[in-house]
Amino acid sequence: MTVHATSPQFKDNAARALADEQLQRALGNVKRGFIDKRQKAIDKLPEFEALRDQARDIKNHTLQHLDLYLEAYEQRVTASGGHVHFARTAEEAREIILTICRAAGAQTVTKGKSMIAEEIGLNAFLENHHVTPVETDLGEYIIQLRNEMPSHIIAPAVHLNATQVEQDFRRVHTHLEAGRDLSEPVQLLTEARGVLRERFLAADVGITGANFLVAETGTSIIVTNEGNGDLTQILPKTHIVLASIEKLVPTLEDVSGILRVLARSATGQEMSVYTTFSTGPRRPGDADGPENYHVVILDNGRTAMLGTAFEEMLRCIRCGACMNHCPVYHAVGGHAYGWVYPGPMGAVLTPTLIGVDKAGHLPNASTFCGRCESVCPVRIPLPKLMRHWREREFERHLQPAAVRYGVGFWAFFARRPALYRAATRAAMGALKLVNRERGAFRWLPFTSGWTKHRDFPAPQGETFQQRWARERGRRKAA
Amino acid sequence: MSARDDIFANIRRSLGVKGSETIRRQLVTDRLERSPRGVVPSRGQVQGEERVALFKTQAEAALATVTEVTSPGEVPQAIAEYLRNHNLPATIRMGEDPRLAAMPWDETALEVSRGRSEGGDLNAVSHAFGGVAETGSLVMVSGADNPSTLNFLPDNHIVVVRAADLATDYESVWQKVRFAFGKGGMPRTVNWITGPSRSGDIEQTMLLGAHGPRRLHIVVVRD
Repeated sequence: MTVHATSPQFKDNAARALADEQLQRALGNVKRGFIDKRQKAIDKLPEFEALRDQARDIKNHTLQHLDLYLEAYEQRVTASGGHVHFARTAEEAREIILTICRAAGAQTVTKGKSMIAEEIGLNAFLENHHVTPVETDLGEYIIQLRNEMPSHIIAPAVHLNATQVEQDFRRVHTHLEAGRDLSEPVQLLTEARGVLRERFLAADVGITGANFLVAETGTSIIVTNEGNGDLTQILPKTHIVLASIEKLVPTLEDVSGILRVLARSATGQEMSVYTTFSTGPRRPGDADGPENYHVVILDNGRTAMLGTAFEEMLRCIRCGACMNHCPVYHAVGGHAYGWVYPGPMGAVLTPTLIGVDKAGHLPNASTFCGRCESVCPVRIPLPKLMRHWREREFERHLQPAAVRYGVGFWAFFARRPALYRAATRAAMGALKLVNRERGAFRWLPFTSGWTKHRDFPAPQGETFQQRWARERGRRKAA
Repeated sequence: MSARDDIFANIRRSLGVKGSETIRRQLVTDRLERSPRGVVPSRGQVQGEERVALFKTQAEAALATVTEVTSPGEVPQAIAEYLRNHNLPATIRMGEDPRLAAMPWDETALEVSRGRSEGGDLNAVSHAFGGVAETGSLVMVSGADNPSTLNFLPDNHIVVVRAADLATDYESVWQKVRFAFGKGGMPRTVNWITGPSRSGDIEQTMLLGAHGPRRLHIVVVRD
């Protein structure tokens, strides 16, 4: 793997994150902001649920015909004067990009926000080959200064507070007056705008990701609020688009439909500020725009997901709604997931990209509450896919012995319903008896993972199945 | 095998297809040729005055400002007034759009320069290809007439749009683009712009003027 993954240490990462006060304060912003804003935007659009169905169907249709749409897309890009490059692996993608940068004589490249660039570890690679990458999205710029990975796919610096950003700016922007006031976020924004403006104008190559590729016209699309992606692609002589194969959609109508659910799901905006459709290089007579236009299409394991249960993950449009609504993400933040993609979508995608042996903890870091699936604009059944990973992990004997024995023990009873009912009845009754007064346990055998952090509520004496039978009986009688 | 061939072979193996199936090819060709419309929200489906009003409401909700004039001849005055009201210098940069060129800039004290932006311009004026009432979005098309740099480098971006060019929805704008550039053809850059530049990257607090314009002012021409 290209970026060092700490996913195998998820449990340690999570424990550290829970104890990190600074992080916990920053994570409060996720819970407060994103959820309300999304809900408000959706309440204003009666067609939202129909648009989600449509977005799912468009993506499914495209995936089922991916070879043909990819052919059509390639033809259109070439016809408009651009170049399409195919990369099987992260390594091939990095080499293609370096070759283009070298041909352009590039010393610095500006970058729009691209999760694929993170996935292939592009920045470190370019630096090692004497090309300086400059992140221009404000959040990405901040984490580049800190040498960190993004902790959220649309809000990369969501784990930080303004005072931390101020410290980083003072540390790095040493050419500016030391006594300047940076106490307000707007002062930080203005400073970054000034510093990056010079970088935009000096860059030799601009690299952006793509939210979508349109087969009908050979167009790549980026969606931003800052305008950094646009300055990245219209100012330098060469524009490189880095996109994975599943970004493809058939037509401009199709992408318009999906755009209606993207921003609403992501930030709760009706539409992001800048939606930019780029087709080929600058045309004769154009006053600006890049002279060279390259698209690097990355596979990196995705074609192998087609035709499997994980094909549904290829519908993902990277809006971030699943992590914005995830209680686990709210508690530990994005870095605990240990690689590029955090939250529920990361818990499904990361094992396919770096292996379930390394990322097996991630699909287990779920309460299966189902909120991620309920907000996903393309209706990816994320809990179901996480469960698939757990099954594979179990089949491949990747879990610790205690977990395997525990599951085996439970399975023995689960296959014998009468015994199961009798055993649980006895256990619940006993626990009730033991703990008549306090109503909760501070300690119980085999439950330290729970009781270390909070009390375990004492059972009330009845099992779930008993209660279910009783309630159903009552309802039938009524 | 080249990376390209390998990727196509992998896709086809995973999907269990050869790529030569007539029915699949026909389905894809049809969709690309017909570009069928999907679900279009009813919100934008209003006519005349109502559509202009909706565009204005939506653009203002995205924190743009909007003024209306009744003829192209009034545009320079309206822009001069806007700059004055915001204590901005009376200088503007614009492209070679013939609709803008035909306006009486001489009747104002505005100092007009022409061409792309090199990064030093405070105010730019562009003419929009159209607008979308559904979300108050402007549709800008690149070229010598309206260089894309003018949409992003200046601090204040002023965009002129004809009321007659305000569409109900995005799909209707694509029809117009196809009419102008041919089916499957596109200008180098189409920008949908919905409000001024912003960022929420510091503590999720929304701040205007991240890298693009701090202000977006729209002049709607009813003629």
